[in-house]
This record gives sequence, structure tokens and C-alpha cells, in this order.
Amino acid sequence: MLSVHAVRHLRDFALDVTLSVRQGETLVLIGENGAGKSTVLNLISGILTPDAGEIVLGERTLYSGEEGIDVPAESRKIGHLFQSYALFPHMTVFENVAFGLRCRKVPRPEIAFAVANQLRAMNLADLSDVNVGRLSGGQRQRVALARALVLDPDILLLDEPLAAVDMRAQAAMRTELRDRIRSAGIPCIVVTHNLRDALELADRLCLLEEGRVVADGAPEEVLGMRENGFIASFAGR
Amino acid sequence: MDSTPFRQSPEVTRCEGGLARVSRAGLTLLVAALVALFLLFVTLPVASLFLRISPEAFLRSLAEPVVLDALSLSLATATLSTAIVVVFGTPLALVNARHDYPGRAIVDTLTDLPIVLPPAVAGIALLMAFGRRGVVGQYLDHVGINTAFTTVAVILAQVFVASPFYIRQARASFEAVDRLYEDAARTLGASPMTVALRVTIPLAWGGLISGAILSFARALGEFGATIMFAGNFQGRTQTMPLAIYTTMQGDLDAAISLAIILVAISFGVIASVKIMTRRSF
Repeated sequence: MLSVHAVRHLRDFALDVTLSVRQGETLVLIGENGAGKSTVLNLISGILTPDAGEIVLGERTLYSGEEGIDVPAESRKIGHLFQSYALFPHMTVFENVAFGLRCRKVPRPEIAFAVANQLRAMNLADLSDVNVGRLSGGQRQRVALARALVLDPDILLLDEPLAAVDMRAQAAMRTELRDRIRSAGIPCIVVTHNLRDALELADRLCLLEEGRVVADGAPEEVLGMRENGFIASFAGR
Repeated sequence: MDSTPFRQSPEVTRCEGGLARVSRAGLTLLVAALVALFLLFVTLPVASLFLRISPEAFLRSLAEPVVLDALSLSLATATLSTAIVVVFGTPLALVNARHDYPGRAIVDTLTDLPIVLPPAVAGIALLMAFGRRGVVGQYLDHVGINTAFTTVAVILAQVFVASPFYIRQARASFEAVDRLYEDAARTLGASPMTVALRVTIPLAWGGLISGAILSFARALGEFGATIMFAGNFQGRTQTMPLAIYTTMQGDLDAAISLAIILVAISFGVIASVKIMTRRSF
């Protein structure tokens, strides 16, 4: 269970977001470009620090303005996938997935075992020694997911997870992604511009406008709010 | 060079077609002449070095103690000063590339200062600081440490004049690394130190190496500050440029041989910097 209340002053407006995600639930964040969706993910994973508020993940308080708690990003145990995946270009697929384990000083044989397992589960075993520059969009997405999941994160944050995947491969990748999120059994927040992502991945849908949550509920409920301009164009396509 | 007439605006082609072509040809000729003249000006002196000495005389000079001493001293001191510059300069460049703090602009200006400072000024400044009566030197002298006119002074002079070449290049290379990789590394559990060592530095590697090579080249060529602060003692402070200056008054072959070695190293520097900056991520 993740509960977030975060305030941060951005260039054009003040972001003030309150939301929560239950264990095993997938929350999909939608909204205009610049509404603050990616910022919310960055605040949760600790790349950005709120000006005030509180972020609690399970039993752990990750940030609390009042108590002066701010757990650094490297200790939060959060899997964060960036829009462009941010795979390390100077490393192979294996080294990318092993990165987090090396940071945790896991013994070599255990790293080799865990990474090999993860790559096999992601259908990436053949690409282990390939430099990430040579992968397709779908393969990059899987490597990024493998890199996060091998660390057993307490929550997954996915920023436009399918945006860099070929149109043709998107439907299959979406189903695959949904299954992987389900089987991980952890809360998940997905930022997307794509109605199909929202329909297929969301247990709950949340609409962000200028840094505020203006709708939060079951997908069909939120998508039914046709009086909202963004929803009308988002669901109308 | 072939022009595409249909892309020109109609007015130009209609009223000045012939004239424009003639004046463009003239301009091309003028630029070509200027470029050729300048290239000749740069290459002729370097070529003259090779024309003024026979291969036998060159090889004979290489056995001269004054040449050997200068060569080994130069390589040793320039290597050491480059290492010092890298050790001190890398964290400075990384911090200034990634963090904003009050006074950063001042730090940047100060680290750049030696580039514009005349070497003679650097030499006397170092002497005033670390000389036996210097601001710091007088205290060092009390505990028996004397740097001026020693090999240490050679290294200090080289570090002083060569550091900006590395620091500027390193900072630019760090700034060119996408922060996204650093953010991703942190969410994967990397401490700031690990991020620097395993992500930022490897991604900036090509630029760091070429900066270190440039800094090495500058250290190798150091003359003014060295002769003022370290003196000109064969085997101790007489680096290759100083040895050229000294030997050309008596043994011109030795001076030319040293110069040829420096030319060869300079070509190596340019080539390696070109290669390093091309194959960066």
C-alpha cells in the first residue's frame, strides 16, 4: 500500500497531489502534457523532493515534511521505469540487469543466478551479452522491467511504458506487461497517454490537471466523465 | 561546389547571373589562397626541423645525456602532474557540472585563470608563494621542505598551467551525460559515489581521456613558469623545452632532436584526442 500527499512548486503551478494505491492494485495516471504526471513518479521514487507532504510505502515512511524524513532514492526499493527506459548505454543487457544487485554487494554467483533467471523469465536470455544500443523498443522495455524486477521492488512506477515500442508490437507487449505486473503482486502506477493502456492495465484511473487530482475512480467511471475536456478527447478517440 | 541554380531566388539569377558567378569564383580563389598560405605558414617551420638534421645526427643526439635527461624528466613530471590534475580536477569538474552552489561562477573563473595568465606571471607567482621567502614557503622552509628549484617545483608549475585544460574538458563531458542515467542508477540503489564511478564517469570517459591528454601536452610544453620557479638544472629541472633553449646555443642538433620528439608527441596527442572524442557514447 502506497499513500502519497505531496506538494511541490513547479514553474507554472503548484503540484498538490493526494493519492493511494493498494497492494496489487494498478493505478493509471492520465492528463495533459505538463500536468505533473512524471513529476508525481519522480517525487515518489525520490528523484525529486517535495516541498511538503508525506509519502508512506507499506510500513516505511519515505518522506515526511513534518518529521523531516527523506529517504534517499537509492534506499527506497522502488522500481522506476523511465519513458526512454534509461538503459545504461555502456553496458550489456546482463550488466544492466545486474546493476542494482552489484550496488547491493550481492555475491557474484548469486548475481549470475538471479540475472539469468530474470532474463529467462523475460525471454531475454539470448540477448544477455548484447549491448543495449542494439535492442528494439520492445526488448529495451523488457530489459528495463527486468532491471527493476530483479531487485524485488515494493512498488513499480512506469512512465509511458509502451511509448517507445513499435505500434505492431504494442498490443502483445501490453498484455505481457499486464501479466508481469499481476504476477509481481505489488502496487503499480502507470503514466500513459494511451487509452488502450488505461483500459487494459488500470484497476483505477486517476486524472491529473495542473498538478491536482481532479478524478479518481474505476476506469469506466472516470472515462464516463465526458463533460471534462481531456476525458472527452482521451476516451473519444 | 556545384551550385543549384533553381534554388536561387529568381531576382538574383535574372539580373546578376554572370556577375555573381564571376565574383563567386573570385571569392573561392581568394579563400583558397588564404588557406593555402596559412597552412604553409604552419607546416613549413615544422617541416624545416626535419630538413635541417640528418637521420644519423638525430639518432646520435638521442644518446646525448642532456637529451636523455630532459626526455626522461619531462615524461616523468608531465605524467605525474597530469595524474595530480586528474585526481584533484575530476571531483571539482563533476561537482561544478552537477550542482549549483553560491560561488560556483567564482570557482569556475579561478580554475580557468591559468589559461589566460602569462607563464612568466605564473612562475613568479609560484615563487612568491612557495619560494624560500614565499608566503607559504617560509613556513615550509622551517620544517626543512624546500620546493623552489627542485623537481617538485617543475611538477607544481606544470599542474598550475595545465589543470584548466583537463578541468574544462571534464566539466563539459560530465554536463553532456544525460541526468536520466544517473536518476535511473539511483532508483536501482546506487549511492551518489557509485553513480559517479559506475555511470557518470564511464559515460564521460572519452572526454576525460582527451582532457587528460591535452593537459599532459600542455605540461610537457611548459617553459616560462618552470624556468622561473624551478630553474634550469640538467637532470633535475631541465625539461625538454628548457633543454631546447639551452642546447640551441651550443649543440643545435640536440635542440632539433628534442624538438622533433616533441613534434612527434604533439601529433600523437592530436590524433588520440580526435579518436577519443569520436568514439564517445
